[in-house]
Amino acid sequence: MAVNALYDYHGVPKDVEDNFHGNQLVYIGWDRHLMFCAPVCLPLPPDMPFGALVQEVLPGVYGSHPEWERIDWSGVEWTLEQQPFRPDMQQGLREQGIGHKSVIRFYAPGLDGIGGVAT
Amino acid sequence: MTSNKRMSLRERYQKFTRDLAWEPSYQARSDIYPQTDYEGIHIHDWDKWEDPFRLTVDAYWKYQAEKERKLYSIIDAFAQNNGQLNVTDARYVNALKLFLTGVSPLEYAAHRGFAMAGRQFSGVGPQVACQMQSIDELRHAQTQIHTISQYNKYFNGFHDWRHMHDRVWYLSVPKSFFDDAMTAGPFEFLTAISFSFEYVLTNLLFMPFMSGAAYNGDMATVTFGFSAQSDESRHMTLGLEVVKFLLEQDERNVPIVQKWIDKWFWRGYRLLGLVAMMMDYMLPKRVMSWKEAWEMYFEQNGGALFDDLARYGIRMPKYWEVTVKEKERLSHEVWSIFYNYDHAAAFHSWLPDESEMEWLSAKYPDSFDRYYRPRYDYWQSLVDHGERWYNNTLPMLCQTCQIPMAFTEPDDPTTICYRSSEYRGVKYHFCSDGCKDIFDDEPEKFVQAWLPVHQIYQGNCGGASVPEVLEWYHLRDGQDNKDYLYSPDRANWLRWKGQAGAGADAHRAAVGE
Repeated sequence: MAVNALYDYHGVPKDVEDNFHGNQLVYIGWDRHLMFCAPVCLPLPPDMPFGALVQEVLPGVYGSHPEWERIDWSGVEWTLEQQPFRPDMQQGLREQGIGHKSVIRFYAPGLDGIGGVAT
Repeated sequence: MTSNKRMSLRERYQKFTRDLAWEPSYQARSDIYPQTDYEGIHIHDWDKWEDPFRLTVDAYWKYQAEKERKLYSIIDAFAQNNGQLNVTDARYVNALKLFLTGVSPLEYAAHRGFAMAGRQFSGVGPQVACQMQSIDELRHAQTQIHTISQYNKYFNGFHDWRHMHDRVWYLSVPKSFFDDAMTAGPFEFLTAISFSFEYVLTNLLFMPFMSGAAYNGDMATVTFGFSAQSDESRHMTLGLEVVKFLLEQDERNVPIVQKWIDKWFWRGYRLLGLVAMMMDYMLPKRVMSWKEAWEMYFEQNGGALFDDLARYGIRMPKYWEVTVKEKERLSHEVWSIFYNYDHAAAFHSWLPDESEMEWLSAKYPDSFDRYYRPRYDYWQSLVDHGERWYNNTLPMLCQTCQIPMAFTEPDDPTTICYRSSEYRGVKYHFCSDGCKDIFDDEPEKFVQAWLPVHQIYQGNCGGASVPEVLEWYHLRDGQDNKDYLYSPDRANWLRWKGQAGAGADAHRAAVGE
């Protein structure tokens, strides 16, 4: 049994996609930039193009970091669910396998945070 | 009652407890105590339960009453003498805000939990032990509320602690911890709270707050601490007794108890992250570092305890090695969470000043200067320009402990630790292997977690904007939250201490005027 209970108990998951008003949750982390203490959680339309996420959403999240402006997006290394990933900037999130509660991480080679120590 | 005089202490206790052990005549025992069996624990002889309370039961009522009288007379004197002005610095008071909103409601939850657990045991020894502890916990909740109420008259953030406990994002960490224990069976509850928390970890909760109070001139809280201390040692004894009883009754209990110890050690340790940051950052006059406390109270004392329990087949809790690796960074990572999101918190954060950074550097020679000082220096440079930095995007939370995913890989303090599981087609994420294992063992329980960030996005927390959520939390923007530097608490404190001019100058400098 998947829970220790008096009877065959099933919990109701609190965070199914239907609860987010047409959006899906996507978690994003900028590696080696721990001034942002944790990855962020964003509710995004599943058909949002990846390019819009990068150009319109992420600047509002990470733009306050002094290294943000120096990112060379052509060289950024991405992962999706901890696996190497090559995003298609034109395609929607869902179309390229980014689903509800997916985890995206990115690392810009050469940018290792303030002082080079992951801040 | 004349016969009572001739009875020994033990006999009187026997009368007080064992005589409550009725043999049911027209109901099945299993109907009266339906929760005794389902956890898989086997009990053969309830009379083997040695209640540590038996030796003190006579003096209990008298001592408790005496302690109450003493406590309330000191609280009165504290109020009359404006004792709140004698603390080292108004920043200290934020540790009390954390205590009142995060810990005192757990005392009340413990009162409920022990009452419920006691009802479910079919042996009278544990029934009485749980009932007595339930009374203690209620007293602790009440006395804490009374003691700290004096501060509510002079400082912000104390006004609606009970409401906040149910709603504010980081308070879901202690709340869900106790909810998890209370929704477990009675044996798991006792292993969780009496043993894993009260016995193994309580020194790391109680000592830092009470010694912190003593070091920082907070005589009211110190007095509460003394008043609760004798109860705490009795509760600790009960915790050890419970586990030994379970282990001695049947060897089939051993793996079950071990699993609970593994789970609740990790749950408790994650909860103590809040205490770690309190010790290293929130006490103007520090007692000891989190790292030193962990070495003394867990690595040494805990190590000896688990050596003792080895004869029952019990080993150290799973992932204890990770806690040792994390001791160099735990408090810094947690303080960073609150520096990021203090605009939605019920207490103030601040940057450590130079002398505090020297202390941190001395206590954490392998990590502080290398990883954390550069971050504080950068944030300070922003403050110097009047731009105190906040994180404006809500964080990803761990499904189990509900803390923002700020913890780093056990062997790499520069990389966030990501763990995940999939259950019934949905992804779940965790801050650590410890939290992942707990979920994987009982996913049907943890899929229901009320994660504050997800709840905000679902529209269940008053609205989508920060002001709406703050209102729903009953937090007053600009008073209860944000950096201490700009707070009314600080301005008031400087005025009371006759340093108003200096304070106003610093404030103008801080906001770049």
